[in-house]
Amino acid sequence: MPIIEVENLSKIFGKNVKESLQLLDDGKKKDEILKQTGDTVGVNRVSFEVEQGEVFVIMGLSGSGKSTLIRLVNRLIEPTEGSVMIDGENLATMNKEDLRRVRREKLSMVFQNFGLFPFRTILENAEYGLEVQGIDKKERAEKAKNALDLVGLGDYINQYPKQLSGGMQQRVGLARALANDPEVLLMDEAFSALDPLIRKDMQDELLELQQKMKKTILFITHDLDEALRIGDRIALMKDGVIVQIGTPEDILVNPANDYVERFVEDVDRSKVLTAENIMRRPETINIDKHGPRVALERMGEEGLSSIYVTDNQRMLKGYVTAEDAARARKNEIRNLNEILKTDVPTVERDKPMQEIFEMIYDSPIPIAVVDNGKLVGIIIRGSILAALAGESEVQINV
Amino acid sequence: MFDFLPQIPLADWVDDFTVWITNTFSFIFNPIRNQFGDFMSWTADQLASIPPVIVILLVAVLAFFITGKRYGLAIFSIVGLVLVYNQGLWDELMNTFTLVLISSLLSVIIGVPVGILMSKSKVVEAIMLPILDFMQTMPAFVYLIPAVAFFSIGMVPGVFASLIFATPPTVRFTNLGIRQVSTELVEAAEAFGSTGFQRLFKVELPMAKGTIMAGINQTVMLALSMVVIASMIGAPGLGRPVLSALQRAQAGPGFVAGLSIVILAIIIDRITQNLNKSKA
Repeated sequence: MPIIEVENLSKIFGKNVKESLQLLDDGKKKDEILKQTGDTVGVNRVSFEVEQGEVFVIMGLSGSGKSTLIRLVNRLIEPTEGSVMIDGENLATMNKEDLRRVRREKLSMVFQNFGLFPFRTILENAEYGLEVQGIDKKERAEKAKNALDLVGLGDYINQYPKQLSGGMQQRVGLARALANDPEVLLMDEAFSALDPLIRKDMQDELLELQQKMKKTILFITHDLDEALRIGDRIALMKDGVIVQIGTPEDILVNPANDYVERFVEDVDRSKVLTAENIMRRPETINIDKHGPRVALERMGEEGLSSIYVTDNQRMLKGYVTAEDAARARKNEIRNLNEILKTDVPTVERDKPMQEIFEMIYDSPIPIAVVDNGKLVGIIIRGSILAALAGESEVQINV
Repeated sequence: MFDFLPQIPLADWVDDFTVWITNTFSFIFNPIRNQFGDFMSWTADQLASIPPVIVILLVAVLAFFITGKRYGLAIFSIVGLVLVYNQGLWDELMNTFTLVLISSLLSVIIGVPVGILMSKSKVVEAIMLPILDFMQTMPAFVYLIPAVAFFSIGMVPGVFASLIFATPPTVRFTNLGIRQVSTELVEAAEAFGSTGFQRLFKVELPMAKGTIMAGINQTVMLALSMVVIASMIGAPGLGRPVLSALQRAQAGPGFVAGLSIVILAIIIDRITQNLNKSKA
């Protein structure tokens, strides 16, 4: 069961909510509604699900409604319509006491400008969530200390937020959110206020922490690179509507519409695409069935200078070159094993494209993409260029 | 021009209203006048019974530490207070100090909660703002009259008048301070599941403390400025010599008493300001 289920969630800011909802039903756009009723549509009929342990990124430019959406998820903003199920409980309709309980036990939030209390020490800040639950001093100090150790700030517990750098302050924000061991972390542009280098460090650190903790993370950002870097899945928002939900590859490779396409145009694809996304179907011969003659024929048909060799289980054995195969035929050699070369350049299917560049530059033959020893595809220089250019014929599957 | 309108007997209504309140609530006013009045003169007596040397030294030491171990204010306090003693105004000084202390305390006790309510509710704010304007702009002499009707003469109506005049800054600054707490911090408090009280006491009040203290400082200064006016209704203190100097056209004694008020004002102002700085 998904841990967060958002269904048909809307938020309209203004005084003519009913009328505006009616207009939404009629399929009117955000600016038309603003003109007619004076209301602003913050979030428009949004539905999505987040699985346990997933990093779900909501990405959009300013004004897209992403910050409103995350605040609807923990009801810092009252939803106009729709439901937010957290772990099977509908947050949108529950009473204040239940809401407090869910916020205390299941949801934690990390803020763009850190949201630290300047009059409290680092430890006291990290303790806040536990303190309001009425947990006794010793226990909460211990838990908060652990959380601070986790983000590498164990030595700073008696400092005040002002004494720390931006990156460190946000670690405190993260520790505060982790201290009460929530199931869901809501991160609202958590790294946007940091400078680019620190931001990257923090992203890495978050991913590392996530490996250990397996929390469910709902992450808001306006930075597509950040979204692609940390998201298991990404929802793209525009004018309060989710335009597309998908894995980073989905979004890059199959943009749902012009908006998404324009959005992803400038992305450095080499960081996101993996071997799997750019590989092509390999021409192979079977070492158990074929000899040099078949190899030569196949190469002739396809215009290749070398061909990969597999066995009956499609396990990669090596390759033969056209030259060797021709010589073998002349010398009446029947067995491929004698001319088989095994210095094969291989990559796993999830290898980022960026790391393949150098390999392919040095390699005289295409790179083999393997999955547990099985040959699943090959990468030639042309496919890399095609992927960088963003051609739509790039295949996701084998 | 508007002669067709008969004159509205507003003044008569207020007169009747005052009489009605005085009579109806005398069961409240009388005990306040007696008990509270006794308490205040007791406090003033206690303060006056401490040898002046000790008071002066205590104030100097307090000033020294609260200004971050600087000598300026401490030396000023010693010189200023010795001068007041030398001019034979020590008892008046103690009476004035009692009046300022008690009325400021009451102002804070009333003003801070009202300010909190205002910050939490637009309705309360809408109701309170004109009332505060009224309290601050209505000439003080005007409410001295009913004050005397309610509480007779002496310290108690002085405190009453001072309350009306001096409480608004505390209310306004408390309201302002809480409303100025950044949205993100309020959201942080909410997101971690704070109750209303936890949010108020753990986040909003600590964040607003500086602003609230500035308001309290203003309140204390305004209370002090009421001293002369309060002496018109028989409140003892430094206002009396000022008033009698005024009535007899004596420039010298008037100046001396006025200077004493200024000295007290500067000491109290600097101390309360630094109280704010050292903790914020």
